[in-house]
Amino acid sequence: MNKVYNNRAWWLILPMLLLVAFSAVIPLMTVVNYSVQDVFDAHTRFFTGTEWFKEMLNDPALQAAVLRQFAFSLTILAIEVPLGIGIALIMPKKGWQASAALILVTMPLLIPWNVVGSIWQIFTRGDIGLMGWSLRELGYGYNITANPVDAWATIILMDVWHWTSLIALLCYSGLRSIPDAYYQAARIDRASKWAVFRYIQLPKLTNVLVIGVLLRFMHSFMIYAEPFVLTGGGPGNSTTFLSQSLTTMAIGQQDLGPSAAFSLIYFLIILLVTWVFYTAIMNMQKDNNKGA
Amino acid sequence: MSLNLESIDRVIGGETHIADMNLTLEPGSFNVLLGRTLSGKTTLMRLMAGLDTPTRGRVLMNGQDVTGRSVRHRNVSMVYQQFINYPSLTVYENIASPLKLAKAGRAEIDRRVRSIAEMLHIEHLLDRQPLELSGGQQQRTAMGRALVKDADVVLFDEPLVNLDYKLREEFREELRAVFSERNCIAVYATTEPAEALALGGNTAVLHQGRLLQYGPTAEVYHRPNDIRAAEMFSEPPINIVKGTLSGSEISFDNTLHFPAGNELGTLEPGEYRFGIRASHISLAPRAKGDIEIHMTVDLAEISGSETFLHVHNEHFYMTVHLEGVHEFRVDAPVKLYFPAHKIYAFDHEGAVIHIPTHLRGV
Repeated sequence: MNKVYNNRAWWLILPMLLLVAFSAVIPLMTVVNYSVQDVFDAHTRFFTGTEWFKEMLNDPALQAAVLRQFAFSLTILAIEVPLGIGIALIMPKKGWQASAALILVTMPLLIPWNVVGSIWQIFTRGDIGLMGWSLRELGYGYNITANPVDAWATIILMDVWHWTSLIALLCYSGLRSIPDAYYQAARIDRASKWAVFRYIQLPKLTNVLVIGVLLRFMHSFMIYAEPFVLTGGGPGNSTTFLSQSLTTMAIGQQDLGPSAAFSLIYFLIILLVTWVFYTAIMNMQKDNNKGA
Repeated sequence: MSLNLESIDRVIGGETHIADMNLTLEPGSFNVLLGRTLSGKTTLMRLMAGLDTPTRGRVLMNGQDVTGRSVRHRNVSMVYQQFINYPSLTVYENIASPLKLAKAGRAEIDRRVRSIAEMLHIEHLLDRQPLELSGGQQQRTAMGRALVKDADVVLFDEPLVNLDYKLREEFREELRAVFSERNCIAVYATTEPAEALALGGNTAVLHQGRLLQYGPTAEVYHRPNDIRAAEMFSEPPINIVKGTLSGSEISFDNTLHFPAGNELGTLEPGEYRFGIRASHISLAPRAKGDIEIHMTVDLAEISGSETFLHVHNEHFYMTVHLEGVHEFRVDAPVKLYFPAHKIYAFDHEGAVIHIPTHLRGV
């Protein structure tokens, strides 16, 4: 076959290029621009080099927020992934029950972030909230505005309630794509339920789980509205996560330079962790395939 | 180990998938279930395996009633159309899995896995994972899993459909060799008459959930009980033409008249449906006395190095199976020849009345 070389085809990617430039590159470059300058007003600015970056990396408040952020993301992953798989496994497979279960499971995903925060804010109130009131009646002095442990537990519970569905739905779709013949073959082999899960279902779920974990990690690493509405970052700073620190700095204190530097560090952390995770999983699969 | 199905019905949601099935499979036999898609082959296999229970009727193994016994408590194995293996285990572990679950010793497992792998020519692939292998190798692995545990019944549900032509021929030969040394019941489902003939053994012809005929493969092929069995067990299907026998003459729809010959001539005069195999019709007379018939070409279908020629006249259609590649213009007139002494005769209900003597086979 004769291949036609026509470099005018490059023009076809121009709209895409412009779109990406306006939506990603230009805003990002603005941030980069701020991160290396100290801006006083529209006409007064000084070049600062890497000063803001150094300052941010050495800021104990931010370091604490980063640790908090990792603790939060890892905790919710540790809960949501097994729980999501479990839910997907027990969800009905056909009939009206399957549709009903799907709708029910999808429901939390459809609620906007700050609405979730508000719901839980009311839910946990000691005077009128169902959970807050019940716990107090049971004799536990539950108080998210004073007790950091209560605040943490509630935020984690809230995130699990909001997002486990995502993992469950991904796994559910993964499970549905396993041909029935696999289960039959397992029955004929007299394989146990555990063996079916370990050797048929889990390997088939690996791909969706990688996507699920990546999505959930990035998502939870950027969490903002829910804890902001629920606890406002308190008590003290105990539930102040990275994006809230950033917002306070950028909007509250108008520290444009440091917050721009901080944004970039934040962005790089997410990029780095995601890349490491993805590479690790892919290498693991490759090793497995080699039959090591 | 013999397997008996006694008056089995299987009804799912008001729809009958298997109706009044009576079938006895002898120990050590190789059995082909031949039928088109939806003829009930898979349903029947699931019943034999114990994956499903029949709505009515009994399943006996060695004379013992196992109707309600689940597959977990029967000693069966099955190979599917898709290549079903544990994706994260190696070929070795896959083949070993039924033995491990049966709690066999490690040395025993190793010995049997290696001997099966050698038989199936995958001994060099034991450390690989199924998804790294070609389709044929994956299916060999699946067969290894099915064969390693000395099951009483081994079921093959169209195992070669997803493989290429050359591999299929190879597989069929090996499969027969494997089973000739075993005393288990092998059941093999296929939609292709040619595959059934290549495999030999016994054939059960299924149609719409009913058993049309069961017996040694060559005999079922040569001596069909009725029109449907003959049609199901021939590709392209046997040509059926309505005709009249009067004295010593046969006439097809009052247009083509020819002498009946000594065999058909002895039948009662009357209306019959005559069957001519597509491969018995030719473009040139093969012997003196072949009957000439004038038809019009509808379509010449070329399949490999063979041609299926579809023709008609104002009364009936015919399909001709020609060796080699032939090209025809649509609507072109064509002269065809067939021998009168190779014609089957069926009555108006389809039951066979006459089978040509020298086609009776075994």
